[in-house]
Amino acid sequence: MHNFTPFAALFGGILIGLSASAMLLLDGKIAGVSGILAGVLKPIGGDTLWRICFLGGLLAGGLLLRILLPSAFDFGLIRPFPLLTIAGLLVGFGTRLGSGCTSGHGVCGISRLSPRSLVATATFIFTGALTVYLVNHLMGGS
Amino acid sequence: MKGLLTSFVSGTVFALGLGISGMTRPVKVIDFLDFFGAWDASLAFVMLGAIAVYFVAYRRSRKMTSPVLAPDFSLPKRSDLDAKLIVGAALFGAGWGLGGFCPGPALTALASGALPVFIFVVAMAIGMYLHTWVTELGAATSGLAIPSAKNTLDA
Repeated sequence: MHNFTPFAALFGGILIGLSASAMLLLDGKIAGVSGILAGVLKPIGGDTLWRICFLGGLLAGGLLLRILLPSAFDFGLIRPFPLLTIAGLLVGFGTRLGSGCTSGHGVCGISRLSPRSLVATATFIFTGALTVYLVNHLMGGS
Repeated sequence: MKGLLTSFVSGTVFALGLGISGMTRPVKVIDFLDFFGAWDASLAFVMLGAIAVYFVAYRRSRKMTSPVLAPDFSLPKRSDLDAKLIVGAALFGAGWGLGGFCPGPALTALASGALPVFIFVVAMAIGMYLHTWVTELGAATSGLAIPSAKNTLDA
């Protein structure tokens, strides 16, 4: 448990919760990033503009972090490009097949006590941990 | 118009939350998932903070007939568990553990200008298109209608 940062994590989590709450109470939308992105990549009539605004906000926030908190992009561990490519393909395909990711299922769905989101979140944390175990402990950390 | 501004500001705050919490750093994500190694529990606190706030907001929304700036709530209504949900979540988790990025942090980290993030995001977009393609192919070969609008409501 070195590098344990519970207070920063909790504060960041509260900001994420406030942002998702504003999307719900003001716009009536679920702040699920994979779904928002998918709706931009494959637009479905008249429902695209707010998604572009949200994604633009993510980038704007990223730029602010770059100035105010550069350590946020101190990645610490970057897999080789072939593994990153496989990871990206799995994340893209899996979040569409499973209808959500960490934000849509892990935050919004769990808060709504959605059975689908509870099962999805347990599943992706389990396979995530399994993958890390395989890569770190059996394959020597590539 | 105000709704679009809400989306933009929410996206910005969301990204700041991801950055402050450590979600934009694959090392934090991978250490969180490393239950049998040097487990770093920090990211559980991200979920705790986000869920605590959103739980209250969701309760509040149930008492409203419509959101403040939009005519309707568009929330997912399904509650059934199916193989797609579980297989999809399993594949997503494998990719998350392998790369250390999930969609929100990856898009936020594009602002760093780092090439690996760009590669991950392009692969992620291709993965999403692959899903559309496989779904349409499956529907075409089995002769069923494509429920292409179903992807609009997630989670």
